[in-house]
Amino acid sequence: MRDASALVLLVAGAAFVGAGTVGLFRFPDVLSRLHALAKADNLGFGLIVAGLVVRADSPATAVKLVLIWLLVLLASTTSAYLIAHRALHRDGGA
Amino acid sequence: MSAFAFYAATGVVLFALGLFRLVTATHLLRNVIALNVMGAGIFLFLVAIAYRNGPDRPDPVPHAMVLTGIVVAVSVTALALALVRRLHRETGRTSLAGEHDDTSPDPDAGADAR
Amino acid sequence: MVVAILVWLAAWALFTGRVFRSGVLFIAFGLTMAIAWVRLGAPDIALAEAAIGAGVIGVSILHAAVQMADRERREQRARPDGPPVEARTTVPPRWSRLRGRTLASLVAAGALGGILVGAVWRLPEAPAGLGPLVDARLSESGASHPVTAVLLNFRAYDTWLEIGVLLLTALAALAVRRETDLRTAIRSAGGDPLVASFTGQAVPVVILTGVLLLSVGTFGPGGAFQAGAMLGALGVLLYLAGHRAVTAIPGTTLRLWLMLGIVAFLIAAVAPLPAGDPLLRIPSGRATATILAIEVAVTASIALTLALLFVTAIPPRDPPMPPGRSDRA
Repeated sequence: MRDASALVLLVAGAAFVGAGTVGLFRFPDVLSRLHALAKADNLGFGLIVAGLVVRADSPATAVKLVLIWLLVLLASTTSAYLIAHRALHRDGGA
Repeated sequence: MSAFAFYAATGVVLFALGLFRLVTATHLLRNVIALNVMGAGIFLFLVAIAYRNGPDRPDPVPHAMVLTGIVVAVSVTALALALVRRLHRETGRTSLAGEHDDTSPDPDAGADAR
Repeated sequence: MVVAILVWLAAWALFTGRVFRSGVLFIAFGLTMAIAWVRLGAPDIALAEAAIGAGVIGVSILHAAVQMADRERREQRARPDGPPVEARTTVPPRWSRLRGRTLASLVAAGALGGILVGAVWRLPEAPAGLGPLVDARLSESGASHPVTAVLLNFRAYDTWLEIGVLLLTALAALAVRRETDLRTAIRSAGGDPLVASFTGQAVPVVILTGVLLLSVGTFGPGGAFQAGAMLGALGVLLYLAGHRAVTAIPGTTLRLWLMLGIVAFLIAAVAPLPAGDPLLRIPSGRATATILAIEVAVTASIALTLALLFVTAIPPRDPPMPPGRSDRA
């Protein structure tokens, strides 16, 4: 039962990350690509972490996984903002 | 093929690809990347050999060597980048004298067609 | 499968048209290498590769590419009658010379690759390697993790000299700089609030993780190099966020700090001499404490070296594009 739900979560997470990657390739410009990545990848990553937490062998591991998830959220937010900022101002001023 | 053969072969392929690119590319940043890919190939090769000796408890000596190698590769790459930047600052070139300049490293040369 | 992705990424990174894309693909390649390391049973290497192989090197390369392009664009705008950037940098190659070189390098790459394959082909079946030797003396080494024991006890000389190499590169990078005062490398990041808050939250976490990696290295994957890599990346982060942490270190302290690793090894090496023991013989009674002390010094040196290497590569008087005014030189 645990493994089954973990499998579902992991597959769903992978599907979302894949969708984000498709968006990365197909969208025409930086900002829309960022949009695809920020939304789909973060959700996919969250689902993957959830799947791993379900399968974690100890509470300590589960806590570490959640911390990793929070850190990645923090980092991806900041980098998405920075990329968008630079793209906006480069196109605006060039 | 065994796992060892896969990884060892990959290491060799990476090394060969990197070497080829190192010689044929003139843009210095490309050379830096090629050098790093070569290094990664060799590390992979070494660790594959270590893995072959004991899949459950791999030989730690090559691991230590590769760890050392990675750190040295990082510092040498950083030094190379410092030299490249200085060269670019003084002369505006991105390749060594006597070689044709590769295309400028412009990240968004014009609008991205994709 | 990992193998296929590795080769594909590497080939794409090496042969793609634009240098920036090459750098990004190289970062992806480095992270995939980290996965390969885990699959090969080398978590220590995976940690180091992820932090510095993909992180610091990738960021340095991207930074160099972007800064050089920015500078060219700025110069072109400052001299509108000068030759346009494209004309100056896309001189068509002399194809005959290029073809010869391509052929020669193909042959060389193939030959060297063949030598490597041949070396492996004739290895004896399932040799034991050095693993059992390490395991036999592991208990006296001061660390229960084999890789740490090898790095800091059995092959301590190699590590000592490697720290020496690091010191050399740091000194060389400092020498390549035209301006000798590091304080000129301060960037004006504009006080972007998001970056400031991110840095404020990330710094304590990274410090904790670095210390954790260092202390765990005695028992499991981790150790001085990984911890040094994390803290070095922290220095890079602080610098990129506009903080004066790395550039404001006074010269004497800087040099002393860089030398900490080498000096620690030197002390450990010379200490056994008066008792008649050979150089760098670590007493098995106090091995753990000795190794840990050396590791702390080495971590500090590596962290500063990595951060310094990144900072010194950046020429001063190159402020980043201030927000909203990207065409003001």
